[in-house]
Amino acid sequence: MAAMAARACGGAWRRGWQHGRGVPGPALSPFPRGQRAVACNARVEAVPAGKSGLAPWVPVVGLEIHAQISSNSKLFSGSQVQFAAPPNSLVSFFDASLPGTLPVLNRRCVEAAVMTGLALKCSINKKSLFDRKHYFYADLPAGYQITQQRVPIAVNGSLSYSLCIDSKMSQMVTKTVRIKQIQLEQDSGKSLHDDTRSQTLVDLNRAGVGLMEVVMEPDMCCGEEAAAAVRELQLILQTLGSSQAVMAEGQLRVDANVSVHHPGEPYGVRTEVKNINSIRFLAKAVDYEIQRQIEELENGGTILNETRAFDSKLGCTVPMRDKEGKQDYRFMPEPNLPPLILYDAKSLPANMNQQQVINIDWIHERLPDLPSVKREKLVEQYGILPEHSFALLNEDGLAEFYENVVKQTRMKPKRVIGWVLNNLLSYLKQHSLTVKESPVSSFLLADLLNLLEKKEISSTAAKQVLAELWKGEGKTPLEIVKEQKLQLLQDQKELEQICQAVIDRQENEVMAIKAGNLKVLNKLIGLVQRETQGRSNPVLVKQLLEKKLEVATREKPHK
Amino acid sequence: MRALALARWVRAWRVPARGHSGHGGHGAHRPPPQQKVSVEVLDHLEHLALVDFRDSEGVERLQKAIEFADQLHEVNTDGVEPMDSVLEDRCLYLREDDVTEGNCTKELLQNAREKVEEYFVAPPGNIPLPKLEERDTFLQGS
Repeated sequence: MAAMAARACGGAWRRGWQHGRGVPGPALSPFPRGQRAVACNARVEAVPAGKSGLAPWVPVVGLEIHAQISSNSKLFSGSQVQFAAPPNSLVSFFDASLPGTLPVLNRRCVEAAVMTGLALKCSINKKSLFDRKHYFYADLPAGYQITQQRVPIAVNGSLSYSLCIDSKMSQMVTKTVRIKQIQLEQDSGKSLHDDTRSQTLVDLNRAGVGLMEVVMEPDMCCGEEAAAAVRELQLILQTLGSSQAVMAEGQLRVDANVSVHHPGEPYGVRTEVKNINSIRFLAKAVDYEIQRQIEELENGGTILNETRAFDSKLGCTVPMRDKEGKQDYRFMPEPNLPPLILYDAKSLPANMNQQQVINIDWIHERLPDLPSVKREKLVEQYGILPEHSFALLNEDGLAEFYENVVKQTRMKPKRVIGWVLNNLLSYLKQHSLTVKESPVSSFLLADLLNLLEKKEISSTAAKQVLAELWKGEGKTPLEIVKEQKLQLLQDQKELEQICQAVIDRQENEVMAIKAGNLKVLNKLIGLVQRETQGRSNPVLVKQLLEKKLEVATREKPHK
Repeated sequence: MRALALARWVRAWRVPARGHSGHGGHGAHRPPPQQKVSVEVLDHLEHLALVDFRDSEGVERLQKAIEFADQLHEVNTDGVEPMDSVLEDRCLYLREDDVTEGNCTKELLQNAREKVEEYFVAPPGNIPLPKLEERDTFLQGS
């Protein structure tokens, strides 16, 4: 497939602020609208070279992700880490960069970075160094940020993520993105721009909070891939507990580097896109920027090596003010911090205070099951489909809910999954509730499913009961069934009578069925259901009708 | 002291390919004849570090600082790992993750010239130094 061939472009990403070699491309006639060729995911059609005479574009997307470390105190000081507190109340003298203060490294932050590095299959550098990155901004009181530019704590890892290649969500494909490095660095404070009074208000509560910067190689080619990769990273971080990674609270920030080029040609000029506040917006921003660059180049324009901001309201990227083009950060070693030394089982020093020692192997042994492992276990244990396992892990607490229901019901797990994903989850989504806030507990749902399993109610009736349970009035499923008289008709004779009555009434349909149009049988079943107010077992009704009409139909598996 | 730090950085910027160890097999080696620091570099420095060389004396001081630092070339550093901190053999102390500081808003804001409801007040956004042509500096004449 053209898409596959076009994507076989690896190559190292050129870091830092460099003017990439722009490729205006061969003499381009403007692409007719609607035929923009993007060699990517199966969803988007790639125009193979030669068909229309116009070369396809290969988009290249690289991500820089900053994840706020989940810790009690900051990276180099003892002030508290907390979202939303009175301005400048969580600031120590060091965070405010008052003279005479020194950085003191927080052990928990190092452990978080090591855990994350191990989970992303990186090599952990047993010796890493701290550097200063200089630039002026009101929310950076020291005039520099302490980071790890020369030798970061972890390098050369990979992250696997999955995508649905069709809109039915039934076929998933696994992709990998390489992780260039993970480094520890300080967060800056927050600036509130007050344009009316021409001033900036600065809150340093966030200044000095520990960050893990995860740098991904440009192995992705569209918004969907970027979003899926970030989502998986988010799940991993949350599973490890190294970061809560909530984008809305700024605990996970993503900057996208986007460029396009023709296959076989050098990388194009890249732009950096910032101000992306959710995973959905990430996909939109990346796709918009790819299209913008393609259009620009096809119209004979050039791409500037610039920083752009994503405007979520307009759904487009705009050049960012306040950025001074090529920045020179004058990196220098942080003179106040010696190298960070990590140990493993072999190199553990004998006579050292254990509190001062971080053992990589010890951390490795205690890593929890990563999302990919959890999913495999769910599929193996319960016989559900891989896409089900993705859906379960995608919602906080849902996997646990599902397992609890399975434990408490006799219904097969394969059948339970439908009820959890299709019925319960859609209710939760409709009312914007989390699993924890669900008015229907796993116990109640299991109870309901037991009734269904015992064939005391029909599937339709079960849905009615669920709707009633959703009101959260404290009734049990059995109580609701009795109240609304939803029990399945057990009296065979009564059922036969109703079937016969329907047959007698619907002469046209009966003729059609006898003539061979067996699908009309469903209409009769529906009528019987109506007569019985949904209290008849559709399979049984079908059998009775068939017997009465003396038609045989192929056995269809009962859902 | 600031001039020395700047000088060190200017040397690295001017002669990017030379590290300490890549200096060839020479022993004592006189530094190359003084190269004047160009106006572009001076302008770039003023931009980055927000220093003001003010007059030719300031530039001369920088020039001398560079020459002073160039004496380092007299040392043969073949096969020697660059040292970037005298602390390199020390243990990096690891602190426990406890909250021990903060909650001193009043004290911190004491030094602020302007404040608004417990926020520090800064000029709007980032105001870069105007371009060489647009500012009033003696560098223009050089």
